[in-house]
Amino acid sequence: MKTTFKKIAIEGNEAAALAFKQVNPDVVAAYPITPSTEVVQKFSEYVANGEVDTEFVPVESEHSAMSACIGASAAGARVMTSTASQGLALMWEMLYIASSLRLPIVMTVANRALSAPINIHGDHSDSMGARDSGWIQIYSENVQEIYDNIFQAVRIAEDPQVRLPVMVNFDGFITSHSEEILEVLDDDLVRRFIGEYKPKYSLLDVDHPMTMGPLALFDSYFEFKVAQAYAIANSLPVIKKVGREFGDLTGRYYDLIEKYHTDDAEYIIVAMSSTCGTVREVVDELREKGEKVGLLKIRVFRPFPLEEISNALKNAKVVGILDRSIIPGSFSGPLYHEIVSGMYHLDKRPIFQPYVYGLGGRDITTEHIKNVFTQLQEIEKLGRPKNLIYIGVRE
Amino acid sequence: MAINLREIALKGEKLTSGHRLCAGCGASIIVRMVLNSAEQPVVVSNATGCLEVATTIFPYTAWGVPWIHSAFENSAATISGVESAYRALKKKGKIDKDIRFISFSGDGGTYDIGLQALSGAIERGHRCLYICYNNEAYMNTGIQRSSATPRGTFTTTSPAGKVIPGKPQRRKNLTEMMVANGAKYVAQASPSHWRDLMEKVRKALDTDGPSFLNIYSTCPRGWRTPDDSAIRIARLAVETGFWHLYEVEDGRYKINYKPAKGFKPIEEYIKIQGRFTHLLRPENAEILEEFKKDLEREWEYLLRMEEATNK
Repeated sequence: MKTTFKKIAIEGNEAAALAFKQVNPDVVAAYPITPSTEVVQKFSEYVANGEVDTEFVPVESEHSAMSACIGASAAGARVMTSTASQGLALMWEMLYIASSLRLPIVMTVANRALSAPINIHGDHSDSMGARDSGWIQIYSENVQEIYDNIFQAVRIAEDPQVRLPVMVNFDGFITSHSEEILEVLDDDLVRRFIGEYKPKYSLLDVDHPMTMGPLALFDSYFEFKVAQAYAIANSLPVIKKVGREFGDLTGRYYDLIEKYHTDDAEYIIVAMSSTCGTVREVVDELREKGEKVGLLKIRVFRPFPLEEISNALKNAKVVGILDRSIIPGSFSGPLYHEIVSGMYHLDKRPIFQPYVYGLGGRDITTEHIKNVFTQLQEIEKLGRPKNLIYIGVRE
Repeated sequence: MAINLREIALKGEKLTSGHRLCAGCGASIIVRMVLNSAEQPVVVSNATGCLEVATTIFPYTAWGVPWIHSAFENSAATISGVESAYRALKKKGKIDKDIRFISFSGDGGTYDIGLQALSGAIERGHRCLYICYNNEAYMNTGIQRSSATPRGTFTTTSPAGKVIPGKPQRRKNLTEMMVANGAKYVAQASPSHWRDLMEKVRKALDTDGPSFLNIYSTCPRGWRTPDDSAIRIARLAVETGFWHLYEVEDGRYKINYKPAKGFKPIEEYIKIQGRFTHLLRPENAEILEEFKKDLEREWEYLLRMEEATNK
């Protein structure tokens, strides 16, 4: 059923804050950082004007932000926060603890480069560095997706089969500060969709005291970690189910990946977040000329939807994988590593070409993308990938 | 408010025996006194440290109250999250009980790595009691100096060497920092003066706002003292003027132990602890003098503050 929704013009961060408001979490503990600041700033206004019931904890650092979120979530509250870049880096230690304690915290990350040199603009270095922290990671292409993903994140995180924190990512400045048209959901609809949070355990259940965060040595630590690995793997069907249900309510369906003209494509670009919009435009243009090109958008990076990705890519001739983060000392970015090693065992697989682009907010244009598709055809003739190609850099 | 020993004895233990803290460790004695003082149910956060690792080796726990440990430097931030959740859920009518919140950290987790989180939590005004069980060094990692370690003390990172006789710097006065930070109730206590300690816990838990207790905690392993000397040494610390019992309520100072005949000689306290005995050697006379001056300065400051705030 598709109903009509109110449409407003709004920036990415403000859309995130609006989603926070509609979720009306019990606790938000957050610290400002560019380019995520407006989320907490706008949310503070909602708190100050009594538009939410939330206890807002204006902590003194991101480390304390995540620590307070952990304490609040362990106490059975619905908890949200937001950060970026150095803030996420300062939280590092606590990211692992949040996921290992199986706490369903929802956090937005306006992806931004890591220092040094200090840079406030968009790339994926921050969240990609946190890819092993046990958080579910969802990437948003535009303002509407930020908004939609936040509601879905609450459902996914709190699902009894999952109980894990979820990071909703979007490109710093590119999306966080872009004003776009947003379809706003009714508060009632949001409430119905996310439901009431019923924690399995709570520190505030003083009649049933529990010890949370004990010491586990070589006789039990391994089992804890493997249980956690199973939990995040098992979230894949939950994420799909929640995306479907959200689509049934809003007409906007979400999956782990988004295939755009990949079924018959010979050359496919794999990308994440806002760059997908740029690639899609080029795909349209080249398709009109009869070229068999496509885009594979990775929406969910953790857990890594290997089966879906393999099925989408396996029949292509050449695949260009666009990483917006760099691993100095390695042969590619992290997305390339995951896809290529995951598909290695297949009998039939395309040639994979690694790319790194857009670091520190460097623009990626349709010309760049067209050039990538041209290169993919050359690589097909070459029969093997070239070394890592940097897009749009002075070397 | 008043402490009734019979009543407390009947309450039952909230930290059971069987944990793996050393014999003679001050931490478990303090925790039992604190938990037995509370008149309401409590939730505890604990920084990484001896107390945390020795009481919760999975699948066992010694804690009979809800307890959370997340990391080393953030016990105050963690409990501030728990307390915020409590306020949020109480406002929504999802919790009806009256609950108190206590955070335990060692001096490493309080004076050093956790200072920022503690300062932030106190400034924000969470209704929590932060307790530092202060054994004056990083004992869990094997006796390294902290900013709570007194001048001249031997630790494994401030060894009593031929050129440098123990820690060169004086100990930081964290209790005063907490007063300046705006904690509504601040006090120092010692398990040797148990009634004083327990009354302070009650006062702190009755305070509608952040409170801080700095509690002297013996460490036989780190101090090179006998296992059966915990309370004796703690009492000497008070009686020799090494550790002052006092409280600051909304900025007003009250010294709880003022010996009529003056303090006992500090040598009585020093000579029975391996961490200090090198200070009694003639070549270390100078640093011993400095050590004594540190204590005098702390005491004189307290006397002045008590006078100034009670006019």
